[in-house]
Amino acid sequence: MVRPQIVMYEEEFNQIQDVCEKLVRDANAIVVFIVDKNGQLIATAGEYENLDTTSLASLTAGNIAATGGMAKVLKENEFATQFHEGEHQNVHIQIVGQRVILVVIFDERSSLGLVRLRVRKANQALNQVFEKLIEKANDPNASSPLEEITDDDIDNLFND
Amino acid sequence: MSFINYSSREINCKIVYYGPGLCGKTTNLQYVYNRTNPDAKGKMISLATETERTLFFDFLPLSLGEIRGFKTRFHLYTVPGQVFYDASRKLILKGVDGVVFVADSQMERMEANIESVENLRDNLSEQGYDLDKLPYVIQYNKRDLPNVADINELRSVLNTTNVPDFEAVATKGNGVFDTLKATAKLVLTELKKGG
Repeated sequence: MVRPQIVMYEEEFNQIQDVCEKLVRDANAIVVFIVDKNGQLIATAGEYENLDTTSLASLTAGNIAATGGMAKVLKENEFATQFHEGEHQNVHIQIVGQRVILVVIFDERSSLGLVRLRVRKANQALNQVFEKLIEKANDPNASSPLEEITDDDIDNLFND
Repeated sequence: MSFINYSSREINCKIVYYGPGLCGKTTNLQYVYNRTNPDAKGKMISLATETERTLFFDFLPLSLGEIRGFKTRFHLYTVPGQVFYDASRKLILKGVDGVVFVADSQMERMEANIESVENLRDNLSEQGYDLDKLPYVIQYNKRDLPNVADINELRSVLNTTNVPDFEAVATKGNGVFDTLKATAKLVLTELKKGG
């Protein structure tokens, strides 16, 4: 049965966050965020305070899933890059290492060429971090934060 | 697939509401959304057609509280129930941690229910999941309608593996939270076991 969990540790989270923040600066972007393919938001950087990042994350994953479905029908492996052009803002979406999705939102202060260039660099850096995370997750000695949770803890969550 | 974040101390899980067209999956989510404290929920997203039939999915992020310092967040999704949206249904099942099957209790929908359960089982196994090993709850919806099948009959046909099941009237909210709580509890218990 396939039940892999993603576990994010402080060390890798900080590295991912650094990559996102650097990308915001280097690409003159408004917001950069990373989502796993199931729609869970992993990291966000830039001016995201007034942005519904949870909704964006889920829609991005839906978008990637649908595009992946199209790829399958066309017998392509995947469509790793997508670009949406709006009147004021644009969205660049890149699949990283077939696992996670890197999203860059930018406006006229940047350009598609610059974003593409910087995304390519960030892509490599992120790949390394996620490979390390997978190694850690596959470590048979890794402990889970959930091991100590008791049935009572779970019951208490549902006591009104 | 759950996502455990040590950095933000969060556990994120995905629950999918499955069932035949017009059985009340979206209604379940709408009721949860309307009755949840604004602090505990995000925006509900519905990707629907002009006639309000689900086209791709509905999405509702929900916080259930803390366990041992970890915030528990559940992402609730519905699938489009109409038969021809099967490709979309498969996509939404990816990474699922728990499934709610919403059955339409009306006699004339019995066949649609059976077909949908079989479709659920097939689509899960395509993704490498076994329905019998997943946290799974059944809801018999629309119990207020006059032409409903007997609950024992529904049970004998749809709940052959004896999973937790609930009668519901999703439009009025009856059974909606019971279903959700039972599923969330099974998901967390499963996570604990797998951990």
